[in-house]
Amino acid sequence: MASTSTLTAAGARGARPRHARWYGGLLGSDFAWGAAFVLPYLAVFVLFVIYPVGYGLWLGADPDSYTKLFADPIYIETLINTVIYLAVGVNVKLFLALLLSGFFMRPGWWVKGLLLVFILPWAVPAIPTFISWHWMLNGQWGLINNAIWDLFQTDGPPWLDVAHLAMGSVIVAYIWKWLPFWTIIFLAGRMAIPKELYEAASVDGATGMRSFVHVTFPLLANLYVVCTLLSTIWTLGDYNTVHFVSGGGPALQTHVLATLGIRNAFELGDPHMGMATVISALPLLIPLVIYLMRKLSTGEVHL
Amino acid sequence: MSVAARRRLGSVGAGVLGLLLLIWTLLPLYNMVLVAVQQKEDVFATNVFPPHPTLESFRAVFEESYWYLANFWRQMGNSAYIGVAVALLTLAIGSMTSFAITRLRIRAGWLLTNAALVTYVIPMSFLAIPFYRIMKSYGLADNAWAVILVEVTFATPYAIFIFSQYSASIPYELDEAARIDGASPAQIFFRIYLPLMAPALVAIGTYALLLAWNEYLYAFLLLSSDSTITVPVALGKFLNSDEAPWNYMMAAAIVYALPPLVIYYIFRRYMSAGLTMGGVKG
Repeated sequence: MASTSTLTAAGARGARPRHARWYGGLLGSDFAWGAAFVLPYLAVFVLFVIYPVGYGLWLGADPDSYTKLFADPIYIETLINTVIYLAVGVNVKLFLALLLSGFFMRPGWWVKGLLLVFILPWAVPAIPTFISWHWMLNGQWGLINNAIWDLFQTDGPPWLDVAHLAMGSVIVAYIWKWLPFWTIIFLAGRMAIPKELYEAASVDGATGMRSFVHVTFPLLANLYVVCTLLSTIWTLGDYNTVHFVSGGGPALQTHVLATLGIRNAFELGDPHMGMATVISALPLLIPLVIYLMRKLSTGEVHL
Repeated sequence: MSVAARRRLGSVGAGVLGLLLLIWTLLPLYNMVLVAVQQKEDVFATNVFPPHPTLESFRAVFEESYWYLANFWRQMGNSAYIGVAVALLTLAIGSMTSFAITRLRIRAGWLLTNAALVTYVIPMSFLAIPFYRIMKSYGLADNAWAVILVEVTFATPYAIFIFSQYSASIPYELDEAARIDGASPAQIFFRIYLPLMAPALVAIGTYALLLAWNEYLYAFLLLSSDSTITVPVALGKFLNSDEAPWNYMMAAAIVYALPPLVIYYIFRRYMSAGLTMGGVKG
């Protein structure tokens, strides 16, 4: 999911002003107005959230689907891939984004110009760029192996024909696509930290690395945790990267749960098993969501 | 090491890092251009630079002169139609809901906020299977409105958050003054709330438009005929065909990628000014 730079650091936000209610709560015509204004969203929520969720749970309620699923070696492999994809992809991406946000805090015109270019992978629609990655990684005529040949006079590996290389390629393409977005988020977080804190720290002798450890990191820690949770949830549902970069291949060895669910439901024509594949991610998803909602509702970090 | 030497080393390091970032960022994008400007036979050669660059494939895209591209502009139109409809509906529903929560202060406001939050954290692709069947039972198979409704469902929660936050920066006294003058909630909504929310509306409108323009999975599942599908679905079909003219495909992909880029760079200022203001200030 793409969104804009709105996650901002904790602490930079004061308490909201409270106002007395009109006439002590809504009565009569005010109630009717309130109902009229929320009705469209209520309709969307019931028709397109509650109904599909309920229907999906019902589709995946058949225990036989799970027996079939857990007996499937492709499913087990997919499970491992998903864990690797989340653990490596999300964490490497966010850590790099945190470091790069420091780089983009540097003064100077060329850093600002570079930021405009750096944002491109996120601003360009996903499908063309993932198709480009897929093509670029082709072992015979892809740009990467052509460049390796020109530079070192040697053949590069067949990136998408070996399972672990293909999974690695998917993760690299994923990081390429989403690194700019999270860098911007952390950049906004850093900019919300008052300058006085750094000045005070430097008076006390903390500069460079030490000001990062004692000022920047503690203030960004909450934001960093929330970003990790959100990013993990979104990445769990990521279909496009795997589908277009490796296509789940070679030999179905690089599927993740999101792509395998769609494959089981539509290519194999078994929606019950497809839904079971997706539902099997809930033991991971639900704790993440609960923890995230707690973090968000305490108001430490705002979306 | 002296301070000056360390500083010089720092800026050399920054320069090297900047150069690496530039290559890393531009490599896949360069590859798109590289494939698009080559002849079909050169695409399968081992070139790092195009030997005979030509805009022939762009001409083919503009004239739809290859059978795979026969409906290209129709499909661009579908993408635009879906994008604009999603943006308008998201703005309408999101602003009405946030108005009810933050200005009318309805009692069930917290419930709606939580409903939006739950929707926001459901991975979109996880509901693809039930949505496919539901849209059929709603009679919306192969209909652009199926995709529009799904996108609106997933874009509205974010809109509600941002609007509710931004709304906190609009003085409540304005509403009270209008009330005393006898304005109804609808008049306050149209005359006070919406005009003052303009920066947030622009930001969310852009967000929803780009979200819908970029959507692949739902468009792929819910649309099927050549005249209803969107461009990313057509590109995906291209990819899966045996005899894919890659240079045409990349040229089509570039044409498809340009409008959101232009929109993004035009509204970037709004997106950061409007949104970080709502987020950072209390």
